[in-house]
Amino acid sequence: MLKSEQQETTAQIRCRPPKGRMGHKAQHDSAQKHVTGKAIYIDDIVEPKGCLHVAVGGSRFAHAKIKSINLEAVKNAPGVVEVITITDVPGHTDIGPVFPGDPVLVDSVCEYIGQPIFAVAAQSSLEAKQALAFADIEYIECTPILDIDTALAEKYYVRPPHQQKRGDAEQAISEAEHVLSGSQYIKGQEHFYLEGQVSLVVPTEDDGMMVYASSQHPTEVQKLVAEVLGIGINKVQVEVQRMGGGFGGKETQAAPLACIAALLAHKTGRACKYRMTRQDDMIMTGKRHDFQNAYTVGFDKQGIIQGAQITLAGKCGNSPDLSDAIVDRAMFHCDNAYYLNHATVDGIRCKTHTVSATAFRGFGGPQGMMVVEMMMDDIARELGEDPLTVRQRNLYGVIHDHIKTADGSIDPRNETHYGQTVAQQVLPDLMDTLAKSSDYWVRRSEIESFNAHSRYMKKGLALTPIKFGISFTVQHLNQAGALIHIYTDGSIHLNHGGTEMGQGLFVKVAQIVAEAFQVDLERIQVSATRTDKVPNTSPTAASSGSDLNGMAALDACEKIKSDLIEFAADHYAVDASDIHFENNHLVVKKSDDKSKAETVWVPFAEFIQLAYMNRVPLSATGFYKTPKIHYDRAVGKGRPFFYFAHGAACSEVIVDTLTGEYKVLRVDILHDVGQSLNPAIDIGQIEGGFIQGMGWLTTEELSWDAAGKLSSNSPANYKIPAAGDTPIDFRVNLLPQAPNSEATIYRSKAVGEPPFMLAISVWSALRDAVSSLSDYTYSPPMNAPATPECVLNAVLETKSFFVAKNKTEINNDAPKHDAQNIKNKPDVQGGS
Amino acid sequence: MLNFYLNGRAVSASHLCADTTLLTYLRTHQNLVGTKEGCASGDCGACTVLLGEYVGTQWVYKSVDACIIFVVQLSGKSIITVEALASNGELHPAQAALMAFHGSQCGFCTPGIVMSLVAFYEAKLSQYKTRDNKNQADSPNSMAVTRQEIETALSGNLCRCTGYRPILDAAQAMFDVDRFPRAQNTVKDTVKIWQPKAPACDPQVNNGAPDDVLPRMVSSKKQAWAPTEEAELKRLIQAHPDATLVAGATDFALKVTQQYQSVSKIISLNSIPELTHVDVTDDHIQIGAAVTYAQLTQIFLKYYPEFGVMLNRLGSQQIRNSGTLGGNITNASPVGDTPPVLIALGASLELGGPSGERSLPISQFFISYKKTALMPGEYLRRITIPKLKEKEYLKVYKISKRLEDDISAMLFALKVTIEDAVITAAKSGFGGMAEIPKGSKRLEESITGKPLTENTFEQAQSAIDQDFSPITDVRASAGYRNEVAKGLIIKSGLELLQDSVDAQVVTRVEQIHDCDSLKCLSQGNPLHHPRQHLHQQSQEQPQNLGPTPAQPSLRPSFRPSGDTDAEV
Repeated sequence: MLKSEQQETTAQIRCRPPKGRMGHKAQHDSAQKHVTGKAIYIDDIVEPKGCLHVAVGGSRFAHAKIKSINLEAVKNAPGVVEVITITDVPGHTDIGPVFPGDPVLVDSVCEYIGQPIFAVAAQSSLEAKQALAFADIEYIECTPILDIDTALAEKYYVRPPHQQKRGDAEQAISEAEHVLSGSQYIKGQEHFYLEGQVSLVVPTEDDGMMVYASSQHPTEVQKLVAEVLGIGINKVQVEVQRMGGGFGGKETQAAPLACIAALLAHKTGRACKYRMTRQDDMIMTGKRHDFQNAYTVGFDKQGIIQGAQITLAGKCGNSPDLSDAIVDRAMFHCDNAYYLNHATVDGIRCKTHTVSATAFRGFGGPQGMMVVEMMMDDIARELGEDPLTVRQRNLYGVIHDHIKTADGSIDPRNETHYGQTVAQQVLPDLMDTLAKSSDYWVRRSEIESFNAHSRYMKKGLALTPIKFGISFTVQHLNQAGALIHIYTDGSIHLNHGGTEMGQGLFVKVAQIVAEAFQVDLERIQVSATRTDKVPNTSPTAASSGSDLNGMAALDACEKIKSDLIEFAADHYAVDASDIHFENNHLVVKKSDDKSKAETVWVPFAEFIQLAYMNRVPLSATGFYKTPKIHYDRAVGKGRPFFYFAHGAACSEVIVDTLTGEYKVLRVDILHDVGQSLNPAIDIGQIEGGFIQGMGWLTTEELSWDAAGKLSSNSPANYKIPAAGDTPIDFRVNLLPQAPNSEATIYRSKAVGEPPFMLAISVWSALRDAVSSLSDYTYSPPMNAPATPECVLNAVLETKSFFVAKNKTEINNDAPKHDAQNIKNKPDVQGGS
Repeated sequence: MLNFYLNGRAVSASHLCADTTLLTYLRTHQNLVGTKEGCASGDCGACTVLLGEYVGTQWVYKSVDACIIFVVQLSGKSIITVEALASNGELHPAQAALMAFHGSQCGFCTPGIVMSLVAFYEAKLSQYKTRDNKNQADSPNSMAVTRQEIETALSGNLCRCTGYRPILDAAQAMFDVDRFPRAQNTVKDTVKIWQPKAPACDPQVNNGAPDDVLPRMVSSKKQAWAPTEEAELKRLIQAHPDATLVAGATDFALKVTQQYQSVSKIISLNSIPELTHVDVTDDHIQIGAAVTYAQLTQIFLKYYPEFGVMLNRLGSQQIRNSGTLGGNITNASPVGDTPPVLIALGASLELGGPSGERSLPISQFFISYKKTALMPGEYLRRITIPKLKEKEYLKVYKISKRLEDDISAMLFALKVTIEDAVITAAKSGFGGMAEIPKGSKRLEESITGKPLTENTFEQAQSAIDQDFSPITDVRASAGYRNEVAKGLIIKSGLELLQDSVDAQVVTRVEQIHDCDSLKCLSQGNPLHHPRQHLHQQSQEQPQNLGPTPAQPSLRPSFRPSGDTDAEV
C-alpha cells in the first residue's frame, strides 16, 4: 500500500497522472494471489474447531411420494454427529427465491432425482458421504414428466404463459410473398464453475449465523438462512470474498447449501461446511434451460421480415426458481437485432421432473436469439441470398424506402415487438466494419471455391450480431449500494453490494473510485462483500455489476468529496470551484490577490489527515437506481432495458463430412462496451464469454436417461471447451469511440453476458458448411449442441435432400441450378 | 516407512490410510490449500502438481493430477506445489507471464494452470540445456515453442472463464527471459526445492528387505506397499490376494474419490524397475506393465506414427504422465483407447502369477464387459508389440465430442499389408462398438485379397452392421457409432490411397493446430482425386504414411518475440 509514494518524491507524483485509473488495463486485483495460490476460497479457509462436514441424501426417483424414511442406520454410521429432515426446520421450509416451490428438504413428494431429502453432519466429508448409503427410504413411484413435449401436451407449467404482440403477425404472414416455418431444440448447459458449490456456516454468540458463501446473491442467502432458522435477518451475516466462477449458477443455487449447513450448525452448535462433490453439484443444482423454439415467418423477395410468430418453450424443471424472468428474457431477445415488424411471441414455462433450471449467462437471451438466427439462415437459403445480406437488411434502424407504416410514412424500423425504441443504432455500422475487417466477402468466395474442390472437408462461414438488453427485467433489482471509507493515511477502503466471481468487478469499481479522487489505484483496497456492510443488495447478475455498483460507489465518492471540498474551501478561504483533485493531490487555486494567483498542491494523504483533524466525515454510503425503465406485463409493453449492448462475430469452421468432426478456424469479434472501464478486463469477458457460448453450442451436451437421471454427471462425460478448442486465429476488438448514449458509469456498457451470444456465429457457420453439400439450397436442421454426431446427422439429411432434389429436377427436366456447378460436387454416396 | 520430498522437505507418510490421495494429503494434512479440488476425477487439472523422479543424477519433473494419485505411489519421489514457486516473492516466469497477460479471472483453475506451465517451462529448459549443451542455462528465449506443444501441456487444465487465449499467449511469452526473468536471488532456495540432496528412498536399498523396511503405509487396518522388485511383488500378492495393484491408478482412484469406497490394501507397481522399462528389439517393442503413456509417446511416434498421434489425444498431459498402457489393458474398458490398436497390431501379453509366466494374444484377453483372462493371483507383466514390417501400415482414428482429453465414443484401428496395390492382410480393432474391444472379422475378410481401391472400402462398410450392434450412451448413439465407423472405413481407404509424400494434405480436423495448417487449408489442399497407387515407402520412414507431422515442429507463425531461427 502506498509504496509508490514512498519511492517517488511528491514533485514526481504531482507530475504524473494517477496509475490504474478508469479506462486503464489494470490487472485483476487478485491476479498475484491467483498465480501464487494465495487466493482463499471457502474450502481453503482454516476450519473452525470441531467443524463438521455435510452431505445430503437425495431422491432416487424423478417423481415419487415418500412412504417412509428410516435414518437410524445413518445416525449410527461411523463419524456421523447429526441427521436432519424437514421436520427439523424451525422456520420456513420453502426457500424458493421468487415464488414458492423449493423445499429446503423434501416434505412428501420428490420432484427430481437428487432432490435433497435428508442431510448428514459428520466428522469428515468422506464419512458423511458414506453414511448416506445407510438410509432406508420407501418410495411410491409416480409418472414423471421429463420433456417439453409432454409438458406442453399436458399444459404442465411452473408459471402461466406470457405473450408479446405487435401488430397482426398472422395477417402479415398470410400476405407475404414467402413463408417459412422451422423449429429447433436447444439443450441446456452445466455451469461448470471450477469451484463447486460450497458454504461454511459458523454459529455466533447471538444465536445467529456467520455464513461464508460462494454466492452471487449474499443478501438472498442471508434472508433465506434467517427464514429457515426463524430468526431475524440481522442475526445472519454473509460474506463472499470471491467465487471460483459463477456464471449465474450461484445466483439462487448457493442458498440451499447455506441453509442446510445453517440448520445443522443450529442443531449441533458447531460449524458446518457443505461442499458439494462435483458429481452432486452437476446432479443436484440447476443449469441453463433447454428450449424448444418454433417460428413461422413471412418475408418479401429481399428477405425482409413482414411478420413472425415465435413460440419459445423453456424446460424449467420442478420449480419456478427464476424461470419466469428467464423465459421473459428469451422473449425479449427472440428478435435479437432484427425488426420483426408484425410479431406475436409466446413464452411457455414447462414444468418437468428434473432439477429446476436456473440462471446462466444470458439468462434465456441466448435461447431466444437462436430462433431468429436460424430464421435468418433459413430465409437466405430459401432466396439463394448470402445470410449476411439477409441479416443486414433486417437490422433495426436499416430503413427501406418501400416499407411504410400504416399511416403511409416510411417505417423507421426501430421499435421492438415489446414497444421499446432501439435508440442507439450501433449495429449497421458495426457489422459493416466487421465484414470489412474480417474480409467476409473475400473469404466467402474462397470458401465456395474450397468447398467445390474438397470432397469431404467442407468449410463454413457466418457473421452474426447480438443486441442484448441491459437491466434486470424485475424493476426493483435495479438498485445498488456502496460503502467507502478514507482512513487517516489516505488509504481508501471500498465495499459494495456486488460480488467478485472473476469478472473483474472489484478492480473496475476500484478504478471508478480512483478516478473520482484522482488517486493511484493501489490506494484502494476492496474488501469482501458482506451483508453487514452494504445491506439489501441485488444479485451480481444480469451483467449489471459495474453499472449498478460503480454508480453507487461514485455516489459515495461524491458525498465524501463534497464534504472535503466544502472543508477545503473554508480552510483555504477559496471558492469551492477553485478546488479539485488531481494527480494524487488536492489542488487549490488561491486567488485572493488578483494579481498573482497561486496554486497549492496538497498530497492526498496530507489533506485527508488535515480533514480528519478538522472533523470532516471520511466515510459515506452510496446508492443508485437505474432510471427510465418500466415494463407492463399485462400488455407486454414497456422499456424493460436502460440500453442495449451490441457486438458481432464472424466465425469460420471446417467440417469433416465423413465423421461430423469439426474445428473452429478463425473468429473475428467487434464488440460494443461503450467507453471501456478497463479494456483488458472487457476483452477477457468477451473472449471467455464467446468460448463458453461456443461450448454450449458445440461440445457441451447434457444427457438424461429415460428415468430422468442425468447421465452427463462428470467432466469425464460433459465436455467444456479445452485449450485446443480456442480458435487458432482469434481477433477480438472493442468498438472504438462508442460511448453509451445513456448516462451510465463513465458511459460504459455492461459486458458480462452479451459476448456469450456471439458464439451463435459458430453454430451458424457449421450449418453453412453442411449446407454447402446442397450447394446452399438446403438449410439443414441442426439442434444444439452441434456435437459431431449432430453435425453428421445434418450431413446425412442434407445429402439425402440433395439426392432427392436432383432426381426431381432431372425428372422435371428443368434444372434450377447451373449444371456444371452440380457436376463439380461429387456425390459421396456414389463414390468415384 | 514411506518417504518422499514435499517442496524440498523430506516427509514421511507411513501413518496414512492406504487410500489417501495426494490431494487430500496436501489440503488436509499439510494445509497446502493452493492446490485446488475441481472435480476429484482427473478431468479439470485444478489440482495439478509436479512429481519428480530421480533419473540418473537429477530430479526430473512432470505434471500430474494430485486428486487421483495415492500417496503410496510417491515412495522416493519429489512433489512440488504452487506454494513453493515464489517463496521469496519472486514469481516464476510462468506466474509472471500469466499475470501480465490477464490469464486469470476467477483464479480457481490458475494454480493448476501455473503448475502445467511450469512443467512445460522446466522441460523445455532442460531440453534446451541437454541439446545445445550451452552454458547460458537460463536463456531459453531462443527456443521456439509451437501452439501444439502448448496445447498439449495445457490439455488437462480446464478454465471456464478466460477462453484460454491469454493463457496460450502467456505460455508462449514466458520463455522471453528479458521480459520474464527467472528469479536470481532465490536460486539457492530453488535448488533446495527442485533438486533435494538424494532420493529419499533408493530403490536398490530395499532389495529383499523385511516388511518394516519395505516402503509401506499402515493405518487403521489399511495397508499399502510400494515394492521395489518383482520378487517382492509376487510375495505380497501371495500374502495379500485381496490387495489391488495400481500403476497409474488414474481410473482406479475414482472408486475412492467418486464412489467413496474405502480401499484397504493397495500395492503400487511404480517402483519396480522390471515393470517400468521399455525394450526395443529388432522385431518388437516390449513394454513393462507400469510404463506410462508419456514414456511411450516418442517411441510410438517413431514406430507406429498414428498410434503415437492418438496417444497424444488419450486423456490429458497429466493423465499421460501417470496412466499406463498396462492399466489401460487390465482395466478392460470397452472404450479404452489403446486395446483396439494393440489388437490390430497383434500385441501379446505376458502374465506373471503363482504358477509362473504365460503369454496370451491380446485379442484373447478380453472375455466380456470388464472381465479379463487374468486368473486369481495373476498380474500383467509386459506387453509385446511387433514392429510394423515393410508394406505394413497402421491407421488409427479416435472419435470423441471434444478433441482433447475426452473418452472415445468410437475408436478404429486398422493394420494392412499392401503388396502391388493389393491388400494381402488386414487386422482391425474397434473400441466403443461392443462390450469389449475387438476386431471385425468381416471387415478384414472383405478387404483382404482385394485391390487397394475406394470401391474395396465401400464394399467393406457393411461389415459394421453385421459384426457390431453398439449401444447408445452419454457419449454417442448407436446410430452414430455405426455411421462414423463406416465413414472411417472409407477414410482409411482414401488415406491409404493418397500420395502420402504430400504432407500438406489435411484429412482430419485433429491435424489443424496452428496458422500454418490454416494457410495450407486456405490454399486449398484437401483430400481429393486419390491416386490409385500407393507411394512406396521404406520402413525407415513410416511416419510419412500418415499425413500428420506429429512431432513438435518449428512454426514460424507461433514463436516468442525476438526469436531467431532456433529449432526445437
